[in-house]
Amino acid sequence: MDFTPDDEQQALREAVRGLLATTYADHDARRRTVAEDPGFSESLWGRLAEMGVLGLPFSEADGGVGAGPVEIGIVCQELGRVLAPEPYLASVVHAGGLVAACGTPEQKTDLLGRLAAGEIVLAAADTSPGARWSSANEGVRAAVEGGAWTLTGVANPVVAGDRADVLVVAAALPDGGTGLFLVSPDAVECTGYAAADLTRAATVRFDASAATPLGEPGRDLSASIATISDLTRIMGANQALGVMQSQVRATTDYLRSRKQFGVTLNTFQALTFRAADMYVSLEMAQSMVDWATMTIAGGDPAVVADAADRVGLTIARTGRHVGQEAIQLHGGIAMTAEYAVGVGTAHVEVLGQWLGNGGHHLGRLAARVADHEMVEAV
Amino acid sequence: MQLELSATDTDFRARMREFFTTKVPQEIRDTVLAGRHLGHDQIVESQRILNAEGLAVPHWPTEWGGQDWTDLQRHLWHEEMQRAGVPLPLAFNASMIGPVIAQFGTEEQKERFLPATANLDIWWSQGFSEPDAGSDLASLRTSAVRDGDDWVVNGQKTWTTLGQYGDWIFTLVRTDPEVKKQAGISMLLIDMTTPGVEVRPIELIDGGHEVNEVWFSDVRVPGDLMVGEPGQGWTIAKFLLGNERVGVAPVGATKRALARLKSEAGDQLDDPLVRARVAELENDLLALELTALRVVAHSSDGAPHPASSVLKLRGSELQQAVSELALDLAGPASLAARADDDSPQEDWARRAAPTYLNLRKASIYGGSNEVQRQIISRTILGL
Ligand SMILES: Cc1cc2nc3c(=O)[nH]c(=O)nc-3n(C[C@H](O)[C@H](O)[C@H](O)COP(=O)(O)OP(=O)(O)OC[C@H]3O[C@@H](n4cnc5c(N)ncnc54)[C@H](O)[C@@H]3O)c2cc1C
Repeated sequence: MDFTPDDEQQALREAVRGLLATTYADHDARRRTVAEDPGFSESLWGRLAEMGVLGLPFSEADGGVGAGPVEIGIVCQELGRVLAPEPYLASVVHAGGLVAACGTPEQKTDLLGRLAAGEIVLAAADTSPGARWSSANEGVRAAVEGGAWTLTGVANPVVAGDRADVLVVAAALPDGGTGLFLVSPDAVECTGYAAADLTRAATVRFDASAATPLGEPGRDLSASIATISDLTRIMGANQALGVMQSQVRATTDYLRSRKQFGVTLNTFQALTFRAADMYVSLEMAQSMVDWATMTIAGGDPAVVADAADRVGLTIARTGRHVGQEAIQLHGGIAMTAEYAVGVGTAHVEVLGQWLGNGGHHLGRLAARVADHEMVEAV
Repeated sequence: MQLELSATDTDFRARMREFFTTKVPQEIRDTVLAGRHLGHDQIVESQRILNAEGLAVPHWPTEWGGQDWTDLQRHLWHEEMQRAGVPLPLAFNASMIGPVIAQFGTEEQKERFLPATANLDIWWSQGFSEPDAGSDLASLRTSAVRDGDDWVVNGQKTWTTLGQYGDWIFTLVRTDPEVKKQAGISMLLIDMTTPGVEVRPIELIDGGHEVNEVWFSDVRVPGDLMVGEPGQGWTIAKFLLGNERVGVAPVGATKRALARLKSEAGDQLDDPLVRARVAELENDLLALELTALRVVAHSSDGAPHPASSVLKLRGSELQQAVSELALDLAGPASLAARADDDSPQEDWARRAAPTYLNLRKASIYGGSNEVQRQIISRTILGL
């Protein structure tokens, strides 16, 4: 057992951190980037591709690098640290993950190759208005006539949907179950908007829109959809962890430098103890994130699902604790959009509400408590 | 001990409820009830309707429009307004500068400002905080230097809520840098159209524009616009902040928000975890309401009860907790925070994340929750 990244993983972290710093050295840069379309830096996206980061999860045969979950987790943590708005989770981990899991060999080579090369952005449209983290997307229905598939309905939120070159859509199949389809943005009506952290999503309206089945036509893919969502949740937890690490650091720096009553705030024990509690939460979260990330390599979907719920719950609770305390201990300054700490709290919340919030994960875990005597770490 | 309201108070409550639900325009109340931001004109219109009925500033001295009510009646008035979705009278006017001028102002200042303040003919802003003077307000640096009959003001205020609408701003300024810091502070009333006053917006994390920086460069303020004596500013500020904390626990508004959320939650209310959270919040809110009632039923001299810190602390926590529940019930729909109105996601769900983020302020401003704990531990517990 080893919880420490090896040298190569450490080198990857440093390389990604260095690259991100060229674009997001300070929070102002992020502010400027999200204010303009497409809401992230295309040039940084291109450089991430050159570095091989966009192809990390995919096999070499599909034009990827074939790296493991720990590496992808490291990238997500680094993206979180600087609140990078690049749609790595949405496009590479989630939508790319669906293609890798369900596509035909030709689809994989084509789409994943171009995704890894930074030539296209993918987005997964798997949620309909009012739906809550389900692997069935009831709001979009597939129909087939003479071998030609069409989709009708509404998907929202489609994270990164406004910039996507190809949509990977989950839809209810005519004979039951959920299938996946590839849809060109030209075939739909797509309205982009920003979430509370200023990352982008879209409403996608399908009206008998032409669609190509991903993988074998008509097959129920809900199990794969659920597993890829769980992987995305765990990587989302990595990203949230990166945000929270930055928040704890920013808060301790601030307590050391902010003066009120003629002394720095760290003179007040009530505040330093709360910073200490933030750190305790963060360490617990880090352990859960590392653990959940490592369960992926085992390849058992049930284990990954359980880990996703557990880390999802921890991150939801830690996100609130660390995020709220980070704002409170900073005071008014953290309420402004100019300052990264409050925006970080928004970012963690957006990740959680997108991928599964605390109540969702707690509910699933609560339903299973009678299934085991004890929870085992390994 | 007795739980029921007296017949007089029951009648009083019925009269308030009747007025608030029939005389304040539905559209304004709907805006409040739905948790949307009110516009400048709606706030003014509503306050004028209340003022015409003598309901805008009941806690002022009667000669300036106040009502000779008991604390319990004031509480009922306050709760019924919130319950009906009536915008509370602008706090800067009704709770802050009005009572200050009534207490410390000259006759001339009272006549000039109080009727206009009650009627919201003047929109006041609060210019206390500065970048380096937050919790430690007494370290403020904005200076006022005597020049003939005038004061010349230089410096910067920050976090000025709704300063973009402000006609006048009541400020704390340093008039004597030589003495102990609290003793060198004075209060000046400044017309915001005076040359040298500049208001700059600050964008908050919910995307809204509700606070501002206010800059003063050689702003000339006539000497008769000082409230009280030079050096009396700190005493006046403490009086004002004491009032600011009265009625701070928005019990009615939070109860209403939770009730509304239950109806918006739809079948999520079948989830036992959701039910448990709602039940706990309802219970905590009941305890808060009862505590507020206990406080108002006891204090008779009109001075802020020390337990107002308890109410501020718990009130802001519960207000925040309800917004957290709303965000969790909104779930993925909350991502549509900045989507246009043609979004297929419901309105309340789209507002959930910005509201949650915005309400983080409730434990920071008006004396942060740490400052309230300090007051409780020092003043109440004698620690
Ligand atoms: C949305 C918003 C609106 C506002 N509107 C106005 C307005 O209209 N007019 C106006 O004048 N001001 C306004 N304020 C300012 C507000 O009153 C200050 O933000 C508040 O006093 C805290 O000051 P600060 O932000 O500088 O935090 P700081 O004082 O720097 O405090 C940072 C943290 O340290 C804690 N802390 C500070 N001192 C101590 C101590 N001795 N012991 C323990 N903990 C301590 C604080 O509680 C806080 O958690 C507003 C603020 C916000 C966020």
